[in-house]
Amino acid sequence: MESKRVLSIRDLEISFKTTDALVRAIRGVRLDLFQGETLAIVGESGSGKSVSVKAIMGILSSNGSIDAGKILYTDPETGEEFSIVDMSQREIRSKISGQRIAMIFQDPMTSLDPTMTIGKQIMEGMRYHYQVPVQEARRKAQELLELVGIDNSAKRMKQYPNQLSGGMRQRVVIAIALACDPQILICDEPTTALDVTVQSKILELIQSIQKEKNLSVIYITHDLGVVAKVADYVAVMYAGRIIEKGSVEEVFYDPRHPYTWGLLSSIPDLNLEEEELYSIPGNPINLALPFQGDPFAPRNRYALNIDFEQEPPLFSAGGKHRVASWLMDPRSPKVERPASLERRLKEMREEIGRNE
Amino acid sequence: MVRYIGQRISIAVVTVFLILLLLFLMLELMPGTPFNDERLTDQQRDVIMEKYGLDRPILERFFKYMQLMLKGDFGISYTLNKNMPVSFMLGQRVGVTMSLGLQAVLLGLAIGMVLGIISALKHGTWLDSAMSMIAVAGVSVPSYVFALFSLYVFAFLLRWFPIRYNPSAPGLSGVLPVISLSMFTIATVARFLRSEMLEVLGSEYILLSRAKGLRESAVISRHGIRNSLIPVVTVVGPLVVNLMTGSLVVEKIFAIPGLGGLFVQAITVNDYNVVIAISFIYSVMFVLVMLAVDILYSVIDPRIRLSKGGPA
Ligand SMILES: Nc1ncnc2c1ncn2[C@@H]1O[C@H](COP(=O)(O)OP(=O)(O)OP(=O)(O)O)[C@@H](O)[C@H]1O
Ligand SMILES: [Mg+2]
Repeated sequence: MESKRVLSIRDLEISFKTTDALVRAIRGVRLDLFQGETLAIVGESGSGKSVSVKAIMGILSSNGSIDAGKILYTDPETGEEFSIVDMSQREIRSKISGQRIAMIFQDPMTSLDPTMTIGKQIMEGMRYHYQVPVQEARRKAQELLELVGIDNSAKRMKQYPNQLSGGMRQRVVIAIALACDPQILICDEPTTALDVTVQSKILELIQSIQKEKNLSVIYITHDLGVVAKVADYVAVMYAGRIIEKGSVEEVFYDPRHPYTWGLLSSIPDLNLEEEELYSIPGNPINLALPFQGDPFAPRNRYALNIDFEQEPPLFSAGGKHRVASWLMDPRSPKVERPASLERRLKEMREEIGRNE
Repeated sequence: MVRYIGQRISIAVVTVFLILLLLFLMLELMPGTPFNDERLTDQQRDVIMEKYGLDRPILERFFKYMQLMLKGDFGISYTLNKNMPVSFMLGQRVGVTMSLGLQAVLLGLAIGMVLGIISALKHGTWLDSAMSMIAVAGVSVPSYVFALFSLYVFAFLLRWFPIRYNPSAPGLSGVLPVISLSMFTIATVARFLRSEMLEVLGSEYILLSRAKGLRESAVISRHGIRNSLIPVVTVVGPLVVNLMTGSLVVEKIFAIPGLGGLFVQAITVNDYNVVIAISFIYSVMFVLVMLAVDILYSVIDPRIRLSKGGPA
């Protein structure tokens, strides 16, 4: 059975007014999220991952505005539709954020209120949105704490964030996110700030909760290695645009965009320790300055002349696979992926195979 | 926690003791004696000194003083009101000074907080800039300038308020002195709270509470204000010092029968016991405020209340 679409983003454009320029942070993003599935958004720092999801939650900074496009949320249970772009920030928060769509942030050390008990912070959403009676809210918060793997929940409820380790705090943040039974969970680099050993545990926790509650998950990361483990779909962002997207199989079996190649090559390989870690040359462009052509062209070894003149459209690579690169044009010369990357891809496919 | 508070209190007691000792030593070093009348011969002066016990060694005098002080006896005035007990002279004056000071602190905190919160919320607008300018003026202009200015404009020119402070009608006549005294507090608290609040509003837990779907006003009242108010407690100590020094002059300007005016007089005529008693009262007030701030801070901030290294 085809699963239901819960979120669809069409041609989204977002810009920020700063004192000296207009930053065009998101330039025509198109994405879909289906019930129970995981969409991963990857890309270097500043590519627009967080901004895209903040727009969905109605928490863009006050200098940002949605200039064009649609964000459509469909409640998978009731079929109710919400056009988020047409709602005021106040309306989004009273109907969507925290209740139907919840979010987890990068740094658990700073994402909890240091002067409020864990219990109060978990109960806050339920009490605020649904006026759940204290007793019931407390019971539910305790259940949530146990669900996210925190024992001794009655005692933990009365503790303050600084009495918990980073991994524990991230579990609390997850409990907060689940408090109002959302259908979509957005995780903005949920493990980046954690110890490596804790990272995989949090990842597994998110996956098991997703399965149990049939959640749809948007998972933001700059680690393509994580994507292979958790995602059904991948969207690769660069300079405010999605430059390659498709199912995990499509993108990992047959990546087409040189930027994706670069990201894939820069995943640390645990088997080959001595090899120096690859990184894409140069820096992302500054979106506050005007540019011509493909913003990735100056960093692209495979750039064609046209890349410096005109930004490529999204070409289809079959199935759901889309690539914004002139290399996809039938008139372009044929370019082979580097041999070292092919080796890495083979390993990663095995990883995906193991998870199936 | 209890141990921490006990510790703080004993530190406060020791501090007060040391201050008293220091006051004694400093007065000893001050030129002149209370009996600098030119008509007195050296012999006569020696007799008087002996009569009041001022010929005894300083430590002996110190301990004797301490003993009596604990019974509420601050000695007698040597010059200002000859032989009148100091405790009697200070009696009503302490009340006047304390009540004006307290009003100024409370008014300053209240207005300062409101201004600080508004500037942070209206960050970057003309309102914010205007308030910043007022705050800079409030911090840099001494309270006696405000006092003189407001006296001239509102009491002398406009005649809205009486020029002199009237102890039997402290309401209206207390307005100008209280406002002059509170200016510095208003400005300091406003500035401090504004920057605290801006930092808090940019923090990730504010973002998280927005993502919970809380209305912006709820985000600010539940998480923003609470977290930015806690550190304000730390600036209250220095504010009280400023207020005490300010009150010395402001009391003079409005002819307020408080400690400040008496203090200045007593110093000019070397009235030892009065000087020591007032300095001592000021010191005790200050030590008490600091003690209260420390304890309050550790009670309201769970990070300190519960941290392992800190007071447990
Ligand atoms: N409030 C703002 N004012 C101006 N520019 C902004 C603002 N917020 C984001 N931007 C710009 O938008 C772009 C995308 O930012 P975003 O936070 O989405 O990046 P990201 O992909 O999440 O990066 P990271 O991996 O570092 O989190 C950046 O170029 C950033 O400078
Ligand atoms: Mg981000």
